[in-house]
Amino acid sequence: MTKKSIIKLEKVWKTYTMGEAEVHALRGIDLDIKEGEFVAIMGPSGSGKSTAMNMVGALDIPTRGRILLDGKDISHLTESALAQVRGKKIGFIFQQFNLLPTLTAQENVMLPMIFQGIDAEERKERAAKLLKMVELGERINHKPTELSGGQQQRVAIARSLANNPEIILADEPTGNLDSKTEATVIDFLKKLHEKEKKTIVLVTHDEEVAKVADRIEHLRDGQIIRTQKNSKRS
Amino acid sequence: MIKDYFQLALRNLLRRRLRAWLTVIGIFIGIMAVVALVSLSQGLQNAVLSEFNKIGADRIIVTPGGAKLGPVGGMLSASKFTEDDYDALKKVKGIDTSASVYTKTAYITYGKETKQEQVWGFPIDSEHMEFYRTQSMFDIDKGRLLRPGDKNKVMIGWETANEVFDKKIKVGNKIRINGQEFEVVGIHTKQGGLLGAMGDKVIRIPKETAREIFHEPDEITSIFLRVKNPEDIDQVVESVKHRLRRFRHVKEGEEDFTVQTSKQVIQTFNNILGIVQAVLVGLALISLLVGGIGIMNTMYTAVAERTKEIGIMKSVGAKNSAIRWIFMIESGLLGTVGGIIGMIIGLGIGKMAEMVALQYGIESLKAYMGLPLLIGAILFSFVVGALAGTLPAMRAARLKPVDALRK
Repeated sequence: MTKKSIIKLEKVWKTYTMGEAEVHALRGIDLDIKEGEFVAIMGPSGSGKSTAMNMVGALDIPTRGRILLDGKDISHLTESALAQVRGKKIGFIFQQFNLLPTLTAQENVMLPMIFQGIDAEERKERAAKLLKMVELGERINHKPTELSGGQQQRVAIARSLANNPEIILADEPTGNLDSKTEATVIDFLKKLHEKEKKTIVLVTHDEEVAKVADRIEHLRDGQIIRTQKNSKRS
Repeated sequence: MIKDYFQLALRNLLRRRLRAWLTVIGIFIGIMAVVALVSLSQGLQNAVLSEFNKIGADRIIVTPGGAKLGPVGGMLSASKFTEDDYDALKKVKGIDTSASVYTKTAYITYGKETKQEQVWGFPIDSEHMEFYRTQSMFDIDKGRLLRPGDKNKVMIGWETANEVFDKKIKVGNKIRINGQEFEVVGIHTKQGGLLGAMGDKVIRIPKETAREIFHEPDEITSIFLRVKNPEDIDQVVESVKHRLRRFRHVKEGEEDFTVQTSKQVIQTFNNILGIVQAVLVGLALISLLVGGIGIMNTMYTAVAERTKEIGIMKSVGAKNSAIRWIFMIESGLLGTVGGIIGMIIGLGIGKMAEMVALQYGIESLKAYMGLPLLIGAILFSFVVGALAGTLPAMRAARLKPVDALRK
């Protein structure tokens, strides 16, 4: 049985105008991510992988082509409508962790729930549970500056799960971490995929990291040059 | 949800305390000035009202000239009254009693000092004098009132006796008015208050004597009338106007004289005070505008500084409106905090002015602290803050998440 597509990019172009010149960051990409898949997007810097991630994460809309999320075309939505889609369906994990420095770990995890109008009690409870899951139950009241890099990234993982999204989008999640913490973070991603059945899109330039995925899409010059299937993951 | 935005906004403000406080100063100076000025001028208005009310509602003041300047208007006017005008008015129906005065500025010499002061020549026959006394609200502290038959005698106000000249003037002392020697027979009780400004610095001599020393046989500068029945006052005013128009051969609308009731004098004063108040508050509002621009500047800086955070919030689902709210609340808070501090200090200044006034014997000046002023000040400062934050908040809301995250 073929699984249904959760995110589908159809001939997606993204063109930036820089002065007189037009720069094509994506050149007609086709990408089909199925429900529950673990896909890595790989490529050197300047290959367009960040732009591709922005498209997959509904952070930006294409210049040409279509993006379907759960079968619904989101390529022409307004920014606020996209925000609503992101808040519900997609959880982000960034290389820079991107936690709000004024908020505690728990409050950071609660943030996406605020924008979905979830009431305070439930927010608190769910955030505490998620932080416990990433083994930070003891540190829910710490601010990001009081946490190590690995701990901050775990807070970010917890935050990405706040609204129980179907898709987790991780952009170089281990780029700022040492190899030991990197392994922990990757383990969490694997767990999310296997146990929570989340669809995971991992953007990385690191081949070792990419190996955890079911499928690796190699990007270069704004095009997918190779698709590599991993039948046996490491 | 707004409650959560509120918390986020507050957190952000507390993060940059110094900047927040500096911005707040810009607002609170403006609000402080507005509150202090409104509180004092409102207090002044109330005080004047209560003092003028003592004069009573049955009085009419007639002065030459069209400008409504109250009893002293006659001196400044080009058109003049004579005793004939007064005689014509005395008999108007509904008038109970009356008095006319002649006022002129003269050189007053006491000891070796000479000053320029206003001299009031007023009727000293017992009936007219008693009315004039109640009209001008003076009493005798030392010595006696002028009485019929007095010639080169003078009564002086408390301030004239004690403060105008280096040496205090006592009953029995001699002063010179335009070179003519007068004996001081009476010193008025200190009036204090706002009317004291007029009533305590005064020199009163018999009208006939004034005519002699100023070589003015016929002119009068104001006429005071009292109506029999206060309810009829408007009607009597019309009769007075009518009579005077006919007597002076002027058409309606072209009167070269002014007829005012004490109610109208209050009105005139209120109008003048209103203008002064408007000008002062206008100036204070300019400083508030500057404060608002300060908030705008701070908010633009905050947007630039927190661009990445805006991107983060958008990436986790914040709509444009949510971002706008957070920034608007932040600037509104800056305004409101400034407003509250400004209001407290402004009221403090008002209270202080009240106490200073009390030191000078002005008991009736009470700084006004009504609820409308307090609530108005806070509401207004919130609006200034929120308005100043509108443009920066819109800029923040319009940021594209991809661009914002890259910062």
